[in-house]
Amino acid sequence: MSPTLQDHAELDPTLAEPFPQAALHVLRNPQLRKNVTHAIDVIQAKRAKLVAEKKDWEALRSAASAIRAQALEDLGPYLEQFEDRCTAAGGHVHWASDAAEARQIILDLLRQQNATEAIKIKTMTSAEIQLNPFLESHGVRAFETDLAEIILQLGEGEPSHIVVPALHVNRSQVREIFARRMGLKNLSDDPQALTAAARAYLRQKFLTIPTAISGANFLIAETGSVAIVESEGNGRMCLTLPRTLITLVGIEKALPRFQDLEVMLQVLARSATGERMNPYTSLWTGVTPGDGPQNFHVVLLDNGRSSILARPKHRQTLKCIRCAACINACPVYRQTGGHAYGSVYPGPIGAILTPQLQHMHHAQSLPYASSLCGACYEVCPVKINIPEVLLELRSEVVNQERHQVLRFFDPMYLGLRIANLLFARAWRFHLAQRLGRIGARLFTRKDGWIHSLPSIGGKWTQTRDLRGLPPQTFHEWWAARAGSPAAPVQTPPVHTKEAN
Amino acid sequence: MRASLFITCYNDTLYPETGRAVVALLERLGVELDFHPKQTCCGQMHANTGFRGEAFSQVKRFVQLYRDAEAVVIPSSSCVAMMRDQYPGLFEELGNEQLQRDFAALLPRISELSEFLIDRLGVEDVGSSFPHRVAYHASCHGVRALHLGDRPYRLLAKVRGLEIASIPNGERCCGFGGTFSVKNAEVSSAMLAAKLQDVISTGAEYCTALDNSCLMHLGGAMHRQYAGMKTIHLAEILASTEDSPAEATV
Repeated sequence: MSPTLQDHAELDPTLAEPFPQAALHVLRNPQLRKNVTHAIDVIQAKRAKLVAEKKDWEALRSAASAIRAQALEDLGPYLEQFEDRCTAAGGHVHWASDAAEARQIILDLLRQQNATEAIKIKTMTSAEIQLNPFLESHGVRAFETDLAEIILQLGEGEPSHIVVPALHVNRSQVREIFARRMGLKNLSDDPQALTAAARAYLRQKFLTIPTAISGANFLIAETGSVAIVESEGNGRMCLTLPRTLITLVGIEKALPRFQDLEVMLQVLARSATGERMNPYTSLWTGVTPGDGPQNFHVVLLDNGRSSILARPKHRQTLKCIRCAACINACPVYRQTGGHAYGSVYPGPIGAILTPQLQHMHHAQSLPYASSLCGACYEVCPVKINIPEVLLELRSEVVNQERHQVLRFFDPMYLGLRIANLLFARAWRFHLAQRLGRIGARLFTRKDGWIHSLPSIGGKWTQTRDLRGLPPQTFHEWWAARAGSPAAPVQTPPVHTKEAN
Repeated sequence: MRASLFITCYNDTLYPETGRAVVALLERLGVELDFHPKQTCCGQMHANTGFRGEAFSQVKRFVQLYRDAEAVVIPSSSCVAMMRDQYPGLFEELGNEQLQRDFAALLPRISELSEFLIDRLGVEDVGSSFPHRVAYHASCHGVRALHLGDRPYRLLAKVRGLEIASIPNGERCCGFGGTFSVKNAEVSSAMLAAKLQDVISTGAEYCTALDNSCLMHLGGAMHRQYAGMKTIHLAEILASTEDSPAEATV
């Protein structure tokens, strides 16, 4: 692997640290956590207001979910239809089975144009295949044009969110990066001054670089069109000024009909940025002679998506329209930010998508990076039942690991195996309760509380106490109250005063 | 009315006072309660950690024990959520059609405590008294899995002397999450710290909920930090009367 690729190891799921360890790096970083919670609170408040004004929001969610489910149900035919229509309109469609193939297709297309530079619209799919470092190592410099992506590129940072990738960076940090990299010593941290600096930097790129790379929000099978929504207008520049446009898109992004955009654009804008409509909605079909890019390529990326599609319970993962509502609603992400997820896709959607894109060979800690609180499912505009998929993946992780020798002695595995034996027979469970009561005395202080436990219990007591075990379990109380501890109690006396 | 009490494994072991309160409360309301002595666990801990094979045996056990019950009342919303959300899929995976049918017939008769009181018994005022300022923690499973809505608040509103305090960001997770609290102990603790700040800001004396699991988490931190607030299960507040006031033990 080239040194440039290694620089991006933080978000490479094959190299990243497990989530609990990676989270430790950020939990004690007050600046980062403040930046994350502040940004999330702003977006959340905007979203809540705009969702509330939509009286038919639940009906819209159901419609969006049904449209996405239908697209995935017949994805193959829809993609072929897209290819036919796009090709007929003068575009070129390429199929890439994995990241390496997609990178090579894009590099070859750039070389055909003798391009040494390219401008880019924000695309998480290109981050997924680590396109920028690959191009860089092959002599092509890719310039990001989305404001957040510029901040990250110039500051050599990594995205921590799929809609607002630099939400972990605050204004004064942006000022520092711009001042250093653009040579603007007297730059203030006034948002207008920062935007003006970015505009001057970008204008020169837009006017001189004739090749652009984009992602896409939707592919329309019926018309062969591509749709991109954005907020800053940099996308519109990249889609109209260059001679050559290369659009990299995951195969799951297809929509059957043009009319489906009516629903999808409504839920996407409200869920993603808390807007009624995205400021810029670009739609194009192939090539229009004399107007816009005359050399247009679409690279359809599989990279693990087909195998997700093939599994009925997992398929819903691919309904995702990358709005990040789940990320913003997630109480775990709120504490850790995005980098702890070790993937360009953080938060709840990342926790289910990343391990599946890795064919469950990497990122097995991610399905556990959730308290299963369900906030993600509640806000998802296409109704992906993320907790359900998390549970499927957890079951797969355990099935992979359970026969490993090391796991046999892992306290969690051992504990859960023993617990299962106990729960299988009431007498075993009751005996364990009695033995546990005796054992717990070793750890229980005079105030009746446990302040410190060994092994995995120490994970609990590092920040919380645990009340000592009570002298009588409920079932013992019930049996004593009924007066016959041996026999099963069928009908206790009604209206007896509580015996305690 | 007859009802069968499923106490849950951790209430039986760690919080028997909640079970005693459910008995006192429901018997006061004229419910004829029975308790199956062979009950153990609903399987949630195993199923949620990925040990589905182990969860199967507990899930089967529950249905075999309770299939003939007239009504099942459970003072834990996460265990009820386990049954409603996960049991059907688990039985399907097991391929046991008899159990699938038995469970489908049993499911409508399973209630979480606040559902049992309001939907089945049709009562809101259960004659209780608890003269304290109380913050209600709406647990994730109660809010988003069972959709309990305002049921707990309607019950609390009728308790003599009780003043309800509203927790800011009240529907945000406390960070317990079962084995999440030890597998991701540090993140769980960070979530707990944020939640505790919101709970304590209410100035309440007690924090209540319908899940002792969340309360174990919150109460454990309150005790560690000498926070001056205690946790108490909603059943204990509802069981409390002027003649026999609840004594919060946590």
